[in-house]
Amino acid sequence: MKAINSFTLTMLSRSTNEAFARSAVSAFVTCLDPTLEEINDIKTAVSEAVTNCIVHGYRDTIGKIYITVQIFPDNVVSVKVRDTGCGIEDIEKAKEPLFTTAGGERAGLGFAVMESFMDSLKVTSKVGKGTTVTMKKRISVRVKSHER
Amino acid sequence: MVKIDVTGEVVTAFLSGEIDHHTAAGIRKEIDAAVENSVLTLLVLDFSGVTFMDSSGIGLVMGRYAAARKKGAVLHVSGASETLYKVMRLAGIERLARLEKGDATKL
Repeated sequence: MKAINSFTLTMLSRSTNEAFARSAVSAFVTCLDPTLEEINDIKTAVSEAVTNCIVHGYRDTIGKIYITVQIFPDNVVSVKVRDTGCGIEDIEKAKEPLFTTAGGERAGLGFAVMESFMDSLKVTSKVGKGTTVTMKKRISVRVKSHER
Repeated sequence: MVKIDVTGEVVTAFLSGEIDHHTAAGIRKEIDAAVENSVLTLLVLDFSGVTFMDSSGIGLVMGRYAAARKKGAVLHVSGASETLYKVMRLAGIERLARLEKGDATKL
């Protein structure tokens, strides 16, 4: 299926951009008239994905994060978040709740949040090359009051 | 953002705005400074003013649970909206702290 609308955003992996990224994605998705819960689910998942690029992908360096959002005719939103950072050695391990390599106060819940707040999650990664996370969520179709 | 109130042996941290990896570090520092300098029996994290939180907020709660415990104090989490509660439930925060839900109509 071909996307009916899309946008791509490139930004530096500065933590201040976490808020910008989730706001930009949620603003773009607003045209589908999502519920507050749906928009918050997407915002939270985007925040997790972008934080992963910053905390893990680029660790103590600054690199580029590429976000592509597509909207499909069946009301499905696809969000792709890509970095060209260090990559993940063991994706299954990284997805385990509470597992983290960052230490400190990282809860190790990033992928768990993405998985449970979105309909699907796909992670591809290559050590030394980078990581791409693709998440999809179908926005419910609501009957508008004037159509009832 | 965070405002801290110390009354007797109770420290209450009123959190507000958005909690993510970027903002969590500053909030953590302020709460820990207050906890460090007090005789503590109860630490309350009040999320009433929080409009967004990702798993960085969970890290914040788990870390403060450890800090409170070190002082022999207990942790209460209050005022979390239905949306925040969804993230907290995923992490099983209710096993660490007493959770008091906030106004369910507030997102």
